[in-house]
Amino acid sequence: MPRRTTSVGRCMAQVAMVMNLDKCIGCHTCSVTCKQTWTNRQGTEYAWFNNVETRPGQGYPRGHEDQDKWKGGWRLDGRGRLVPRSGGRARRLARLFANPELPSLDDYYEPWTYDYETLISAPLGEDLPTARPRSLIDGRPTAVTWGPNWDDDLGGGPEHLAGDPVLRRMNDQVALEYEQAFMFYLPRICEHCLNPSCVAVCPSGALYKRIEDGIVLVDQDRCRGWRMCVSGCPYKKVYFNHSTGKAEKCTLCYPRIEAGEPTVCSETCVGRLRYLGVLLYDADKAGEAAAVPDERDLYEAQLDCFLDPDDPEVVRAAEESGIPHDWITAARHSPVRDLITRYRVALPLHPEYRTLPMVWYVPPLSPVVDALTRSGHDGEDPANLFGAIDTLRIPLDYLAGLFTAGDPAPVEAALCRLAAMRAHMRRINLGEERNPDIARGVGMDEHSIEAMYRLLALAKYEERYVIPTGYAVDADRDADPGDGCSLEGHGGPGMYDADAFHAPPVAAAGAPKGGLRDRINLLNWNGRGRPQGLFPPRGDEGGNR
Amino acid sequence: MTTHVRIALWGVLPYLSLTVLIAGTLWRYRYDRFGFTTRSSQLHEARMLRVGGPLFHYALLFVAGGHVMGLLVPEALTQRLRVSETMYHTVALTMGGAAGIAAVCGLAVLLWRRLRVPAVRQATSRSDRLVYPLLTVVLLAGLTATASSVANPYDYRLGVSVWFRSLFALDPDVPAMAHAPLVYQVHALLAMVLFALWPFSRLIHAFTAPVGYLIRPYVVYRSRARATPYRHPATAGPVRRKPTVRRKRIDAPH
Repeated sequence: MPRRTTSVGRCMAQVAMVMNLDKCIGCHTCSVTCKQTWTNRQGTEYAWFNNVETRPGQGYPRGHEDQDKWKGGWRLDGRGRLVPRSGGRARRLARLFANPELPSLDDYYEPWTYDYETLISAPLGEDLPTARPRSLIDGRPTAVTWGPNWDDDLGGGPEHLAGDPVLRRMNDQVALEYEQAFMFYLPRICEHCLNPSCVAVCPSGALYKRIEDGIVLVDQDRCRGWRMCVSGCPYKKVYFNHSTGKAEKCTLCYPRIEAGEPTVCSETCVGRLRYLGVLLYDADKAGEAAAVPDERDLYEAQLDCFLDPDDPEVVRAAEESGIPHDWITAARHSPVRDLITRYRVALPLHPEYRTLPMVWYVPPLSPVVDALTRSGHDGEDPANLFGAIDTLRIPLDYLAGLFTAGDPAPVEAALCRLAAMRAHMRRINLGEERNPDIARGVGMDEHSIEAMYRLLALAKYEERYVIPTGYAVDADRDADPGDGCSLEGHGGPGMYDADAFHAPPVAAAGAPKGGLRDRINLLNWNGRGRPQGLFPPRGDEGGNR
Repeated sequence: MTTHVRIALWGVLPYLSLTVLIAGTLWRYRYDRFGFTTRSSQLHEARMLRVGGPLFHYALLFVAGGHVMGLLVPEALTQRLRVSETMYHTVALTMGGAAGIAAVCGLAVLLWRRLRVPAVRQATSRSDRLVYPLLTVVLLAGLTATASSVANPYDYRLGVSVWFRSLFALDPDVPAMAHAPLVYQVHALLAMVLFALWPFSRLIHAFTAPVGYLIRPYVVYRSRARATPYRHPATAGPVRRKPTVRRKRIDAPH
């Protein structure tokens, strides 16, 4: 639970995400809609701001978690200070002319298309024409040997699994026999870290963390293409646009967040497993938290940074930092805060990178349930389930390798809470007497366990996404929405009609403006009324309704 | 060579070149800040770049330093410091020659890579096609000039350097350059063309050397209000603020 702090340092707000992995079916809808929105351009063919990996698996790019190789994130130097793992400022500038840790296109995959043209232009003949693959990089015929989710659903088998860095670090002799294999899906976006190492390694100062909402962005006009951020990010979620020569990354769909809307990946998630909300944190504590000596303390240290928005002192500190009241209210109703600090079922991804990531995950209970069911037991029986969480060491240790730097205790606690929730709700649904001991056994009460059930299982839209609309520190100075956006360079990530992106549906329907003059964008129409421009003007109206 | 041509080449062209360099850079900074980039092709090919890139760039930094020494430091100063003429030229020949050879080798690797790796070749722009040959010829001419000093004892410090310094006094010493050996003239002439092309090619990335990184806090914070002050002058409406990037920095958490 959030601790009462006697003195609050600099209070900052962060829009954070939690994903409930039990509900992810690996459909890649989030990846596809994200790609259609942000990276369907030349130069970013290979880039997936959102990708879904099957774990165990190598991930995308291949083996990105192997920081001995890629040198992403932070490490502690001899005096216990934080330095980027790839070295300090002088070493970075010395390596300016060729970044030794940059992944090559082979580590992602070579994007390709097909010669569809030959299907209709081939001369009449005995053989059926074929559309052969062709590289999108150099235009030559290519052999497709890897893709962004090549090892999906454990495809490729042990040969590919051996490349999983988390699996390699587990000391057990893990049997990768297929009948014993477990798997789950891990959707990944940029973590929008509190201590972002991509920002720290950018020589140009083009990457920055926004004060208002903590979103980490690349200023396309300041980026000079030094590529340090690509290797500096341990999650490999910054990509180099080889066409514009600029770095690009997940923007947490900031134009949508500013309008109070969830990100595209969240909005289109069919499993309804993503949660978005505000977290208040103490920025002064974040530096200390990232520098705790033992990796396994990082999870707790990061929890300590989060502030309780019901604490009057926190509210005062937030107001001092210029955080508006509706943001503080949103922080009180934040589903993300509930899952992270109140129920403690969400865990950070790879805290050992010391970046204090802000996209957290509810670990999946399903590998445990599946394993139980396969062994002939009732996987939903609470007694079996609690016992299995403790005895099924492989899934547990693997999850600990992902979420808690190898410490199984927090993962076990989170899984037990989820198991308790299942057991509690099962009794209710079967009409049996409630057993308050189930909730008490995992440090919760009946009320909070049912609230958690509502949030995780029913997952109402308004409860999953509690996003206040954007504000700007020093709002009086400018914050003119008509201002240009630095993402709008030719071929850049913001090549969109700003009106179409920002306009709320009603306003767009009622008052089309800018490039949409006299026309109606049906995507923005909420279906009500008869907006101007839907029909061509009648002769006697002259277009004035 | 007639006097008019001499004056045009060594008295007028340097100023034209410098004007285009400065005005072009300012113009590009104002109208195409998005285009200020290294245009790296490391994603396509890393193995050769890892050799050629640093070799070429570091050697070029040495070469630039050598030019500063040779062109800006007058002979009188080194004499007062009791650096003998032979010693100066021996050092200049060995250091300058070594740096020049390294730069040429680096450039050779980079050119080979650009021509032979299909993806890199594909990523080559029109301005690259102009700049790369020019850069190669300028480098080779400079290296030839250095090498020629072994056989032909031309003291450029009494000729080319005098001309170069006189440019900045706004009183160009045209004869000093006009009497220099041909290879020096070719080197200087093509270098002036290169400087004129500088702002309109990828060479512009040399002006974005990130020296500020050494003194900056690791984590950069920016306010949303101040994050978008740059507007493209051609597409934005009336300017109400200065189109400069203002950044609010608050202390990093460590």
